Amino acid sequence: MAVATDASRFHAVPMAPPDPILGVSEAFRADTSDLKLNLGVGAYRTEDLQPYVLNVVKKAEKLMLEKGENKEYLPIEGLAAFNKATAELLLGADNPVIKEGRIATVQGLSGTGSLRLAAAFIQRYLPGVKVLISSPTWGNHKNILNDAGVPWSEYRYFDPKTVGLDFDGMLADMKDAPNGSIILLHGCAHNPTGIDPTTEQWDIIADVIQEKEHIAFFDVAYQGFASGSLDEDANSVRRFAARGMELFVAQSYSKNLGLYAERIGATNVITTSPELALRIKSQLKRLARPMYSNPPVHGARIVANVVGDPALFDEWRAEMQLMAGRIKQVRQKLYDELVAKDKSGKDWSFILKQIGMFSFTGLSQSQSENMTNKWHVYMTKDGRISLAGLSSAKCGYLADAIIDSYYNVQ
Amino acid sequence: LSAVKSAAVTGNVVPSCRREFSWWSSVQPAPRDPILGVTTAYLADTRPSKINVGVGAYRNNEGKPVVLECVREAEKRIGGRELMEYLPMGGSARFCELAVGLAYGEDTQVLKDKRVASIQALSGTGAVRLFAEFMKRFQPEAEAYLPLPTWSNHHNVFRDANVNQHTYRYYLASTRGLDFEGLKEDLKSAPNRSVILLHACAHNPTGVDPTPEQWKELSKLFKEKDHFPLFDMAYQGFASGDTQRDNQAIRIFLEDGHQLACAQSFAKSMGLYGQRIGCISIVCAEATEAATVKSQLEYIARPMYSSPPVHGSLLVTSILTDSDLKQLWFKEVKEMADRIIGMRVALRKNLEELGSKHSWEHITQQIGMFCYKTVAALSKLGALSARLVWKFIALKKHDSQYSTLYRNSCSCYMALLQFSRSCNNEIQ
Repeated sequence: MAVATDASRFHAVPMAPPDPILGVSEAFRADTSDLKLNLGVGAYRTEDLQPYVLNVVKKAEKLMLEKGENKEYLPIEGLAAFNKATAELLLGADNPVIKEGRIATVQGLSGTGSLRLAAAFIQRYLPGVKVLISSPTWGNHKNILNDAGVPWSEYRYFDPKTVGLDFDGMLADMKDAPNGSIILLHGCAHNPTGIDPTTEQWDIIADVIQEKEHIAFFDVAYQGFASGSLDEDANSVRRFAARGMELFVAQSYSKNLGLYAERIGATNVITTSPELALRIKSQLKRLARPMYSNPPVHGARIVANVVGDPALFDEWRAEMQLMAGRIKQVRQKLYDELVAKDKSGKDWSFILKQIGMFSFTGLSQSQSENMTNKWHVYMTKDGRISLAGLSSAKCGYLADAIIDSYYNVQ
Repeated sequence: LSAVKSAAVTGNVVPSCRREFSWWSSVQPAPRDPILGVTTAYLADTRPSKINVGVGAYRNNEGKPVVLECVREAEKRIGGRELMEYLPMGGSARFCELAVGLAYGEDTQVLKDKRVASIQALSGTGAVRLFAEFMKRFQPEAEAYLPLPTWSNHHNVFRDANVNQHTYRYYLASTRGLDFEGLKEDLKSAPNRSVILLHACAHNPTGVDPTPEQWKELSKLFKEKDHFPLFDMAYQGFASGDTQRDNQAIRIFLEDGHQLACAQSFAKSMGLYGQRIGCISIVCAEATEAATVKSQLEYIARPMYSSPPVHGSLLVTSILTDSDLKQLWFKEVKEMADRIIGMRVALRKNLEELGSKHSWEHITQQIGMFCYKTVAALSKLGALSARLVWKFIALKKHDSQYSTLYRNSCSCYMALLQFSRSCNNEIQ
């Protein structure tokens, strides 16, 4: 028997806004044009624009099938072998932080879940303290902080005039914030801009954070994907850790191991003593238990198998180089096409200077909409394109689309 | 700068902040989880006699974890698949379709009318948490009523979602059965339009379920009070061995036209504990509303974990869409349920044969994985010492208001048989 709509409990519930990033893929799927190009979500594609399951992952899964392991609950903090591997990957196995036991690591639901757990911890133990996020940043950062009840504000980051880093603005905003704020930083391959501070700039950022007694909170979603080297991409985090700073670090294996759908990542808190690390870990667990009880096992086992086997680990490094290499190649190709087709002399070199999966094109919202509506190029409204979804073959077409949108649309 | 760089590489940097100060010095160690903490303690115990009857995870007769045959087969079929891309925020639509079909009955009218909003969730915990967040957002004045006792983590979930919670009477110690009069009184005195958490079958931790007649009476009571039923179904198939019997409470409420919600878990019934695979579904007034409600559930999930893990959904989908695998699953879940029922019978018989004057009826009257208040009763057998209880049952009493006391998992047949034999030795 049907219920009259106005008698429904839920009649006042409004439709939620479509997710700005994941909604792009949905719209792309619905498009029937042959020309369509999905440069929305940050998911790596091969030159043939196919999803890519890493060879090491296939090998690890085969191993796991052969072992025939059980499917029992993981402990709340996740798979121990994974937690060990992930901390070592982040800091280096010989890092004093690890040797001294000053790190609390809890397996999390990829980057989002790990960020959310850290945010929930901040809300509970530093209530009222604000998190400063870059302008712009990954859209979901705001949602995560909002839903965790953590106040936030922005620090300047992207300079549209130079299509580069507004370093002075960034430092000024960090200095303006009340002492003891939390600064959310992208460890490498900033999303959405692709603009990373240099090593010298990282050191100055660390100086300011220490002067202001802020806490650095790193989102590390692209370790290995920026430069191609897992160690090099961890440089920013390692430099901060070497100063003895207390840190939050959220990690994700969605991109660098292609484990998007397995939801595998980690929340790390680096602190001053092993005893504190234990207490913090226990409280992170207490926050995780009423969210999902314990994390999913499959992705954790894959990571542990890959990182735990020297041969597989080496193979992973090589595949990482290949993936990052393809993106660098595509950047070059796109740049070459833009320079060849755009006779105005506009400086497109920011495409080469940016790093990682994404490029912030500097296109406005209406220009981005033109990319989609006229050219069937799917991207986010902030002007971000995912180079991981671009093939060399399509660079010419994309260049045409960008030039048209930039010059012909206000 | 190069000095800092080389120092960073070697790790020999004198930190410029005082080492003694930490942001977190006031952070206290969290209390051990009353259920999962048992497993931690068990794992740390080195005595060969140890047995874990704490967590509700099925074991075979040798006390080993079980991976179902249908699951192993499904694993082979999905192995080496090309795609590992993000699921949508709501998870696998196909999985949700199958899950709600199982929960509500495939021929149910609300499904035909597309009135059910559903998204894939992180097993039962995740499903309940999504609902708690949803009700907080869209019915902020509503309060939650949980049975006393209930799974301890229910209290954590509603607390962390900032939903005011209360309990309603459920278990009657004198009968080791349902306190139906107390239950009805408490639901009547609750404010209208409260959210009532119900265990669809195999109540955890008591194993005490209402009869179909009692469910029908409750359905009417809910109508009078305009209460919202939230069913937690973690044991479909596991209770009676028949999935379409275990969901009869839900079907009774659906027939009476309630808008209800169901938090489902496949952890026990398919043995997919570690995959975290479940579903939250909400019956809405009509299809448009269901789409809207679904969008809001997704909007809550996105900042929690973006999208759910794919692996478990692929396994469940493989099993439920292949008629052979599905039949195999029905067979296996019935076997598990039968083994537990058989073990209950054996345990009761064994205890009665010890010549105990206590009533052990409740062991066979209760249903599902858990036996409630058995240890408490056993410890009353004069000769039993606390040491003996400790030797065989790795369980600890907690002082907190919401602890589950003396809950034993009957799936550990050998443990309890051994235990009852040693009771015998103690008595002689």
